[in-house]
Amino acid sequence: MTFNALIGVLLIPAFAAALLAALPGYRITARINVLATTLTLLCALSLFFVRPAPSSYLLVDDLNGTFIVLTTFVGFTTSVFSASYIGHELEIGRLTASSVRFYHAMYQVLMFAMNLALVANNIGLMWVAIELATLTTVLMVGIYRTHEALEAAWKYFLLGSVGIALALFGTILVYMAARPVVGEGLDAMVWSILVKRAGAFDPALLDLAFVFLLLGYGTKVGLAPLHAWLPDAHAEGPTPISAVLSGLLLNVALYALLRFKMLLAANPAALAPGPLMVTLGLLSLVFAAFMLYRRRDIKRLFAYSSIEHMGIITFAFGMGGPLANFAGLLHMTMHSLTKSAIFFAVGHVSQVKGTQRIADMGGLTETHPLLGWGLILGVVAIAGLPPLGIFMSEFLVVSSTFARAPLLAIVLVFGLLVAFGGLFLRLNSIAFGEPRGPTAKAQASYVPMFAHLTLVFIAGVYMPPALVAWFNNVAGLLG
Amino acid sequence: MHTLDFDVAHVLAGALVLVSFLELYQDRLYSLLNVYAVHALVLAASVAWQAYIQDAPHLYVTAMIALVFKALIIPVVLHRMIVKLGIHREIEKVVGVGSAMLAGMGLVALSMVVMLRVTQQAGPLAQEDLAFALSVVLLGLLMMVTRRNAVSQVVGFMSLENGLVLAATGAKGMPLVVEISVAFSILIAFIVIGIFLFRIRERFDTVDMQVIDTFRGEHR
Repeated sequence: MTFNALIGVLLIPAFAAALLAALPGYRITARINVLATTLTLLCALSLFFVRPAPSSYLLVDDLNGTFIVLTTFVGFTTSVFSASYIGHELEIGRLTASSVRFYHAMYQVLMFAMNLALVANNIGLMWVAIELATLTTVLMVGIYRTHEALEAAWKYFLLGSVGIALALFGTILVYMAARPVVGEGLDAMVWSILVKRAGAFDPALLDLAFVFLLLGYGTKVGLAPLHAWLPDAHAEGPTPISAVLSGLLLNVALYALLRFKMLLAANPAALAPGPLMVTLGLLSLVFAAFMLYRRRDIKRLFAYSSIEHMGIITFAFGMGGPLANFAGLLHMTMHSLTKSAIFFAVGHVSQVKGTQRIADMGGLTETHPLLGWGLILGVVAIAGLPPLGIFMSEFLVVSSTFARAPLLAIVLVFGLLVAFGGLFLRLNSIAFGEPRGPTAKAQASYVPMFAHLTLVFIAGVYMPPALVAWFNNVAGLLG
Repeated sequence: MHTLDFDVAHVLAGALVLVSFLELYQDRLYSLLNVYAVHALVLAASVAWQAYIQDAPHLYVTAMIALVFKALIIPVVLHRMIVKLGIHREIEKVVGVGSAMLAGMGLVALSMVVMLRVTQQAGPLAQEDLAFALSVVLLGLLMMVTRRNAVSQVVGFMSLENGLVLAATGAKGMPLVVEISVAFSILIAFIVIGIFLFRIRERFDTVDMQVIDTFRGEHR
């Protein structure tokens, strides 16, 4: 039997989690954490070449292949960042040795859960994996055990569970819709079978199921008005977790939504899922853009920026069609890379300044030039300025919308401009002006941050034709 | 015979909705826990009946989990926790009993209208089951938003999960994977909650969510 890379993507994190839970000592566990994510990334990359046949539980196709590579890549770079971040937290005593051990084990469990959610071919299994990922991040958000961290974790837990409960109800309804056509039992929950035969499903049941799934998984995507947990969870947890939450977990929930959207698209009589997603997406974009202006906490600021960008991505996928889907995929990839790079910078900034309050930092480009300019570069990218990758994808979203629905495009551009202003207003007081706060040298690892930003820059200047062809192919799958 | 099958299933599922209403107006933690135990008991009976009429023996496992874990262990553990934390007092509500009950009735009516209309092809038994299940889910949600106390929010969440189990067992032939996972997720959820309650105790000396809410960072 040859080595099965799909099993590797799942087993390596699971095994690493068990190992890390047993091992003491920060240095060795941080290294094992990096090693495990590296191996997982290699396995994920090999899925491009050798692809196992789909079973009734697991499936790899072009769509989730993209997501898996993105997830394992950001998981790998975040583990490198996390090693230096957690080292500092240990030094200043914010974390104890035992909570670091717990943190590393949970990090791997989270990677396992996200990978499982992505490769699951069974809609029940997918639900279980997303619930596992949620519970893991709840524990990680509460790890500092301060008032704020506990409150954020509790809020996240309650809202996340409600979302996940609604998603399960939706999943049951999909099964009910499939049962008369596919027959009882396991087959009626296997996505690849469902999508082939969805044309014969009862459209009314499918519609209702999608509404529940949209509300349920939409809570996890952080779409307004279901976003209330997101800023708190991002602000109070350890920064590597904020990076993984924004860069990956939101994507995973969106991926689940896309799978069900494809199911609805296969049934001509079912309601078009597009308008619902477009509405929620635009609402999130505009709402989050205005919220950017009043933020005083640097991590909260970028959490709202994540809501904004998830809104844009949901909007693009809601519009549908090859071009909008292409733009949505590109935007999702660029946002993951950029936002995690920003959180890498923010993590080190809040460590050297000893605070997350924007008012207490200032003149960062003078006190810590490398961090300051890295952050500026990240914000320039996330605000959608040329020549970086997000400019490309936002441009594609806007131009494809103008061609089809000019009114929506006006709202979209309005939201983008408002967000642009909000981000630069805050960036100005962080990066320039009188230096404030401690000026001690940062013990930072700059490699992950600049690696991400370099990729975003390259994507903005020159997209390799192979990548364009690949995204086109996936965009075609999404319909 | 089929009418008996239908009637008993109907009565049990309807009883679950009624018990959800009972939970809504409890104003003491102990009595809330007792009512929750009844809720889980009715669920166990309902699942067992489904197992019998669908001739699906694996559903008896789900029924046993509901009976042992939800109707016995969880209420007892929560009971002890309340004694240990010294919070056996009245539950603070966000809205009054009257308006909560009215809102509950509205939600039940909503779920009947939506589900009965949409699921016409699913057969009468599954149809009513789903309508009742959605009512239980919505009433659980209502309880979570109308209570300030962490323990009663947890009870609200657990009765919401009971509604989900009712829906899953009503969907004939749904694979075992899901039922087991639902049971496990409740277990995990409960452990998480337990950890949280104790951590909250460590730090705040209260499990009243309003006290915690004062730390929220709405304007940061």
